[in-house]
Amino acid sequence: MPSTTYGKGLRGLSLATILTIGLALVLVFFYAPLDANQGFVQKIFYIHVPLAIVSLCGFVFGALMAVGYLRTGERKWDMRSYVAIHMALIFGIGGLITGSIWAKASWGHWWVWNEPTLVSFLIVLLLFATYQPLRFSIEDPERQSRYASVFSIVAGAFVPLNFIAVRLSTQYVHPRVLTLTGGNLPASMGLTFVISLIGITLLYTTLWKYEMTAKNARSQVRRLRRTLLGEDSVSPMRRSAAPS
Amino acid sequence: MRTALILLRKDLRLELRTLETVPAMVLFAVVTFVIFHFGLNRDTIDGQLAAGVLTATLLFASMLAINRLFVAEREQGGFDAFLLAPVDRSAMLLAKAAALFLFMVALEVIAVPAFGLFLLGPSLGPPLPGLILVLVLADLGLAVIGTLVSAIAVHTRARDLIGPIIGLPLLIPALIATARAAGPLLRTVDPASAPPGKWVAILALYDLVFALLAYAVFDFLLED
Repeated sequence: MPSTTYGKGLRGLSLATILTIGLALVLVFFYAPLDANQGFVQKIFYIHVPLAIVSLCGFVFGALMAVGYLRTGERKWDMRSYVAIHMALIFGIGGLITGSIWAKASWGHWWVWNEPTLVSFLIVLLLFATYQPLRFSIEDPERQSRYASVFSIVAGAFVPLNFIAVRLSTQYVHPRVLTLTGGNLPASMGLTFVISLIGITLLYTTLWKYEMTAKNARSQVRRLRRTLLGEDSVSPMRRSAAPS
Repeated sequence: MRTALILLRKDLRLELRTLETVPAMVLFAVVTFVIFHFGLNRDTIDGQLAAGVLTATLLFASMLAINRLFVAEREQGGFDAFLLAPVDRSAMLLAKAAALFLFMVALEVIAVPAFGLFLLGPSLGPPLPGLILVLVLADLGLAVIGTLVSAIAVHTRARDLIGPIIGLPLLIPALIATARAAGPLLRTVDPASAPPGKWVAILALYDLVFALLAYAVFDFLLED
């Protein structure tokens, strides 16, 4: 892997992310109308929903990368899958916290059990929270990658199934703003939401790419040090959940 | 298929000779009923509460079997022997899932009457056929997911911890469907004669999807 490919397009991507998120914030605060029922607090919707959607897509993306690893056996796929899931977890926790704040503001409780989207999201998060402990407790790196890939595929397929099961088990409270029949958002809110969603997606992509670049660069540096200065110059890797 | 049968026979013979897993599961389940009696401070329960207590108890008892499922293979070198043999690797999945399924059935043969005796308010007789259907479907899902999780966990350092923390979230949808399907059967007032079709269908679908998924990925867990 030539070192010049590292971080290619990262600057453009970062700029696009900053611009889109900036635009989204401007739209959220100055363009989108205040919600008639919930007032100002409804604006958290423009952060919460994109975070949750991007996080779930991130888990599924991680599963697809894991399929790539099992098919090819190349470690870069495992790295992609790892970074995707790890980023999706962070976004997911953000989504859960913003969702909780919104629930407190609009329903009066921090946590609402008869709320299928919230509950299924929690279950998915609980499942993916075991990804890192699983990796960490397998010492052999090759086996770690293989088992983690199997786990992410199973867990990725679990995401939609779980949503179906939990949704059927409860009554709706959650606002159905995004339905297949077109939803019930006014156009200005819809536009703001789409821009926010694009912004958060770009943020996810950028952070994913940054971490990939950092990890690739670090292993490249280690490789170079080892060739130039000999084996002793590189301290052995600490045991870690991350692929190297 | 023949390989799977041979492996299954080996597992069952091992269990019959050592009597390690199933008696432990039964004891665990009965103790859990006693704990629920004191925890809920109720002499009898019915309806959704009864279904939930039964399902949760069986689910937790199954964790004991899931933890032990591959331990003999790992400790006695059974994995290496199996990999050296010129046989299809899916046979291992099939045999282990069948063994886990039979362990669960053996557990339920004792634990469900015990539940009827200790905790259940309405008589166990009328809802039994529906309950058997629901539990068989639940056991199928549990057997497949349990085998998969156990195969992942057995090669980790903290396998007794990793198994349950991965297995329980994966089994939550199955638990929801089982409890919801069994709930109407166990009502004292106006019990349903058959489990709700919606939940039986979801449970069956869940079993099917995970069976296919496990079949697709299981080979990767045995490579070395």
